[in-house]
Amino acid sequence: MAQKLWPWRSLFLLIPGVNSSKKQMCFDWGPGEMLVCETSFNKKEKSETVPGCPVIYIIRKDVDVYSQILRKLFNESHGIFVGLQRIEEELTGKSRKAHHFIFCRLVRVSKNYRSVIRACMEEMHQVAIAAKDPACSRQFSSQVSILSAMELIWNLCEILFIEVAPAGPLLLHLLDWVRLHVCEVDNLLADVLGSENPRKHESFWKLVTILVLQGRLDEARQMLSKEADSSPTSAGMCRILGDLMRTMPVLSPGTTQTLTELELKWQHWHEECERHLQDGTFASSPHLESLCKIMLGDEAALLEQKELLNNWYHFLVTRLLYSHPTVKPIDLHFYAQSSLDLFLGGESSPEPLDNILMAAFEFDIHQVIKECSIALSNWWFVAHLTDLLDHCKLLQSHNLYFGSNMREFLLLEYASGLFAHHSLWQLGVDYFDYCPELGRVSLELHIERIPLSTEQKALKVLRICEQRQMTEQVRSICKILAMKAVRNNRLGSALSWSIRAKDAAFATLVSDRFLRDYCERGCFSDLDLIDNLGPAMMLSDRLTFLGKYREFHRLYGEKRFVDAASLLLSLMTSQIAPRSFWMTLLTDALPLLEQKQVIFSAEQTYELMRCLEDLTSGRPVHGEPDAQRLQDDDIETTKVEMLRLALARNLARAIIKEGSLEGS
Amino acid sequence: MEEIYAKFVSQKISKTRWRPVPAGSLQTAETFATGSWDNEENRVSLWSIGDFGNLDSDGGFEGDHQLLCDIKHHGDVMDLQFFDQERIVAASSTGSVTLFLHHPNNQTLSVGQQWTAAHYHTSPGSLSCRSAPCTGVVCSNPEIVTVGEDGRINLFRADHKEAVRTIDNADSSTLHAVTFLRTPEILTVNSIGQLKIWDFRQQGNEPSQILSLTGDRVPLHCVDRHPNQQHVVATGGQDGMLSIWDVRQGTMPVSLLKAHEAEMWEVHFHPSNPDHLFTCSEDGSLWHWDASTDAPEKSSLFHEGGRSSIFLFHSISNQANVHQSVISSWLSTDPAKDRIEITSLLPNRTLSVNSLDVLGPCLVCGTDAEAIYVTRQLFS
Repeated sequence: MAQKLWPWRSLFLLIPGVNSSKKQMCFDWGPGEMLVCETSFNKKEKSETVPGCPVIYIIRKDVDVYSQILRKLFNESHGIFVGLQRIEEELTGKSRKAHHFIFCRLVRVSKNYRSVIRACMEEMHQVAIAAKDPACSRQFSSQVSILSAMELIWNLCEILFIEVAPAGPLLLHLLDWVRLHVCEVDNLLADVLGSENPRKHESFWKLVTILVLQGRLDEARQMLSKEADSSPTSAGMCRILGDLMRTMPVLSPGTTQTLTELELKWQHWHEECERHLQDGTFASSPHLESLCKIMLGDEAALLEQKELLNNWYHFLVTRLLYSHPTVKPIDLHFYAQSSLDLFLGGESSPEPLDNILMAAFEFDIHQVIKECSIALSNWWFVAHLTDLLDHCKLLQSHNLYFGSNMREFLLLEYASGLFAHHSLWQLGVDYFDYCPELGRVSLELHIERIPLSTEQKALKVLRICEQRQMTEQVRSICKILAMKAVRNNRLGSALSWSIRAKDAAFATLVSDRFLRDYCERGCFSDLDLIDNLGPAMMLSDRLTFLGKYREFHRLYGEKRFVDAASLLLSLMTSQIAPRSFWMTLLTDALPLLEQKQVIFSAEQTYELMRCLEDLTSGRPVHGEPDAQRLQDDDIETTKVEMLRLALARNLARAIIKEGSLEGS
Repeated sequence: MEEIYAKFVSQKISKTRWRPVPAGSLQTAETFATGSWDNEENRVSLWSIGDFGNLDSDGGFEGDHQLLCDIKHHGDVMDLQFFDQERIVAASSTGSVTLFLHHPNNQTLSVGQQWTAAHYHTSPGSLSCRSAPCTGVVCSNPEIVTVGEDGRINLFRADHKEAVRTIDNADSSTLHAVTFLRTPEILTVNSIGQLKIWDFRQQGNEPSQILSLTGDRVPLHCVDRHPNQQHVVATGGQDGMLSIWDVRQGTMPVSLLKAHEAEMWEVHFHPSNPDHLFTCSEDGSLWHWDASTDAPEKSSLFHEGGRSSIFLFHSISNQANVHQSVISSWLSTDPAKDRIEITSLLPNRTLSVNSLDVLGPCLVCGTDAEAIYVTRQLFS
């Protein structure tokens, strides 16, 4: 496919509707976005007030994250990425075969990444065709060409850096590479073969030429035999050329043939082609002669087919196929450079894609990644490619002068982009996990900024934090949820969250709210929770008191008065009950003191009396008493007197009972 | 489980549900609904798994599921249920409950009935209300029951604009899921590990029964009732445990099964083959539990595509007083005799599997990795 539409990552972005020469601008950086707005500053005071632009612009760095189709790429490749990181973990105990095992896995991972890109590209292509709006269609088409370029670069990197193909197989790989990416020929082939008389088809010779250029000689030979069948005059020539095609020596994988043998055979075949050309075997057919010249690797003949070759790297591979089939990796860059120069012929300058491919042919990985970072509009490609190459142990020597190494730097950029997205943030977590140096810190900073719209989402965020022992974040999330619950008058929920956060202070606060509600209403709310606190009750003293106080009520309700009485007393003597609540507790003791049978023992009654005296003697003297306080004091005094009376009577009864029991 | 189709759909899937097949028909499942969450714009979508006429060269079924139609949904889709063949009820994080209509003639969805602010919080000291997410919905034509983070239970009727019955403050914590026990009784699970049974015949806002896990108050996230034995209930918790309950007796689960490593989001008995149970979890796994006594291979306790995993099985209470003949395979407590075979259904771990549904030989599940998985050969 044509890679002419090559968008540059723009360094200058024009924001529509903003005129920075008239107005001052202010901005603020976000993790993946920037906010820009006009300020209301005016240089001249009291000048005519121009209505400012009432808009704040959000400028997104990584626009591709917002593409619906590319989301599939991000999600699917996330799985591949995580699998790749686990390769080393799976490897324990396989040390002998480890090297080969890893190699195979890495190649497979690379192919998986490419197939995801291709799937995405095909879908984007379908959408581009279906789009009714031409602007929209153009946009999708440009995305298709970007994806296609990404796959092209990735594939070349796979051949050169990951598979590390040696001389011989190298060319076969490169041929596959070109065939995969110059795929118009398949449509043409179907078109010609589908026509009534293929030989008469206007593109017949074009097709044969392309097949030869791509080294698809078997198919080219079949086409030639069609020509031979229908035209007796050229049948002989066609057969000879067909024979040349058939006998061209090629490396067949899996045989014991050595490179030297191949070179020898190839040299022989090459000379035979040359002889036919010089003898003028094909002189009467310009088409066949031109094909023969191509098969001789004749540069001029190849360059005549510029249109069909499409691009310089196709030219390079065809040229290598017919003149240096056993090219060594180390020599590639020499042929690549000269092919580029010959192909462009000084008419145009190389585009970013040309530079990237050239850097790959020069085996300069860092240059490839650098150029891609500049040219591509997203971090996905460089982050994943760099990570894969790093797993191939190709990037170890390279350290950046900022942050950590390049792999981590790019992964962090990509993951930050994901976190800026309202929905893709979950993917970003795993990328941060595999950044040993700064991943953890980045995750901590980003995860706190996820809006917690529902409890379910909060639980997902909590799970992420808990799995990574991010206690600070866990505490903060639970606190946010507890605060929210309090604001919504959901005390039960609030208490649950503070228990989960082990936040004693907040649990105390919520417990106080419960107690206050009890004092106001005379009954407890949320019994289902308070009755089932269990060990969580120990979180804070106030919570313990709340639970125990409720237990007292239950015991009382169940008429287990003796147990209830001793629990009530212990709440005061153990200082668990807050002072402010003692009067309520003592009042609660009143009905127990008034029961027919003696419940509080003499000992317990003394304790109760001491508590009451502690409370009343410690009472501060009030200043100017107002009417309300006077009335309150009045009630209080009556209460105290009633209590004293009840205590005294109970003491009397208890002494008699205990005395008579001892006596008996 | 030979064929499992995955499709990436560019939205995080919160719920997947098969459309019920008409009673007594020989049709198999072919349409399912999904809801999305955490998107800028969420959707309820209907998908078709294609007609069975398209056999490919290998004799298998060609292709994956295709989108039939979709409609915008305000807020996250928290729960989704088919009300009948043509109607879908969706619970929203905005507190509203919506009944969507499917028009098969022109393949569109429209809003049939909507109860806005079905769930809400009241602020202390002010009369203003804040919406509260509706977390669960269950239907039994013509009734719809919803529960929410506000601890409220609503009973709606499809043709009534107002709630027929509302229990305010039914729960002090968040209600996570609801299911029918026997009409008019419902079962709810909450965030402090309690299972409550409510009887709509009773007035007042107290549950008729409370069952709970002991001690740790581990939140329960999902609940399902055995299709034939209505006293047998399965729940899934925050710690990934599967609990089996017998609601006729005791207040504690009959057995606790160690299952997933994180929140169990859904549990489903197979509707027609209830010895099989399916669970999915935040840890990205989807499990098939087979408790049938005639399982062919009983030797392996757990297999997961060649990988092994530790599986603990322990029962809590003994059920000596229950007649052995009527006992469900899920309640029996003889671990030596009744092994449960567990199979992991997804090829590799992904992000959270939020929802699953089973119908006949078909299973569908949706994940946070924005993929929908479908298989049509569960028992092959």
